[in-house]
Amino acid sequence: MKETETIKEMAEQEKKQKYNEYVKQVTPTHSLGAQLAKAFLVGGLICCLGQAFLNYAKSLGLDQKTAGSWCSMLLVLLSVFLTGLNIFPGIAKWGGAGALVPITGFANSVAAPAIEYQKEGQVFGIGCKIFTIAGPVILYGIFTSWLLGLIYWVLKMTGVV
Amino acid sequence: METIVGKQSIQFQKAPHIVSAASIVGKKEGEGPLGKLFDRIEEDPMLGQNTWEEAESALQKQAAQLAIEKAGSDCSLVRYLFAGDLLGQLIATSFGLMDLKIPLFGLYGACSTIGEALMLAAMTVQGGYSDSVMALTSSHFGSAEKQFRFPLEYGGQRPLAATWTVTGSGAFVLAPAGGKARISGATPGKVVDYGVKDSMNMGACMAPAACDTICSHLDDFGRKPSDYDAVITGDLGSVGQAILIDLARERGYDLSGRHLDCGMLIYDSQTQDTHAGGSGCGCSAVTLAAHILPKIEQGQWKRVLFVPTGALLSTVSFNEGQSVPGIAHALVIEHC
Repeated sequence: MKETETIKEMAEQEKKQKYNEYVKQVTPTHSLGAQLAKAFLVGGLICCLGQAFLNYAKSLGLDQKTAGSWCSMLLVLLSVFLTGLNIFPGIAKWGGAGALVPITGFANSVAAPAIEYQKEGQVFGIGCKIFTIAGPVILYGIFTSWLLGLIYWVLKMTGVV
Repeated sequence: METIVGKQSIQFQKAPHIVSAASIVGKKEGEGPLGKLFDRIEEDPMLGQNTWEEAESALQKQAAQLAIEKAGSDCSLVRYLFAGDLLGQLIATSFGLMDLKIPLFGLYGACSTIGEALMLAAMTVQGGYSDSVMALTSSHFGSAEKQFRFPLEYGGQRPLAATWTVTGSGAFVLAPAGGKARISGATPGKVVDYGVKDSMNMGACMAPAACDTICSHLDDFGRKPSDYDAVITGDLGSVGQAILIDLARERGYDLSGRHLDCGMLIYDSQTQDTHAGGSGCGCSAVTLAAHILPKIEQGQWKRVLFVPTGALLSTVSFNEGQSVPGIAHALVIEHC
């Protein structure tokens, strides 16, 4: 009795696996080459813009660190502004990771829930849900840096570095 | 003639008639290939409300009122409502239909809900439990994206197999007589799981369920696909269509010349950037009301198998690693 059930289950598993393989074959996907090229272009343009902000800030006499902060803030502001005007999703749709990986993508992922969940209130809407997308990045970003710090500390204590 | 047919089908002895139908859609649907056929196109995605959810409720209310108006019957003649939507706890339905003050059966069958609603409405009429009943469903792009995916302003890329949730609501008044179309049979569908976990490829998730229901229907009634002028699924999209035809062929039925899909009819995938097609509770409902029913009423189609399809998932089931099973309900709609 138990054996027939196991055989049945195995046949079921096999059917599902076969179907998933078949689905993979018939499902169209974006062309990887074109996507890479677009991401390269958009990501590169955003970085150029950042460099322009940085150079300009430095030309005003700011040191590297302060100029870098201004650069990040301006890119975040620009991204949030474009998100509010609903222009950013179009850029991200075309440019993919090129628009999402720089700080602009992070800003968008915080601004978008803020706009959407505003209707559910300042506390339970914006307050609870603003980090629904960016939350994991923040949590694991901080956790990873803590972990690396710990490793660095241990290595320093043991005299390796 | 038996009422109980085969393994899972019903043959209505006194086939309930579809007396009237109403369809209200959003701007994008109005710009699609079926644009001119809809009763009303709402340019404002908010419909003058404050939230997406309220907007969807407003859609449903308007569709219900229009269907009643078209049926020419007073609101009090519709005794029961069979309705549903995609939102958690059916809030679009309950808040939208509250003011009608008609007893309500709230239903959830994902995007297949209009099939379930029409089927139960037809059974109620056939059983003599009511004269006039209404079946209706709705979906809204904004509320669906918010619930199932990301906030609208979030930038991201949709896979090519993804579908676009239709903003719209379709409503139907059923009665023992009147109108030129009737529901003569039905095959409720089972939950079918082929282990697909990709919620952005719902066509692949639902195609096995559509195939199961269609083939069971044909088996139960001893019919062939050619006994129908068209076999029309809800929202399989282009990816799901290809899979359905392959799967049905394996079971000995050739659907290739007969199959249409509401999701593929409602948008122009070339110009409207919808990828695989339309989806949502509203998709099959408004396409039935605006495109399929008129063809049946005019006698251009004599008999059609209407098979709304649904993907059964929630964000919780998805995050917990469950696959996305499908369900499909088939209705035989005939000219009379």
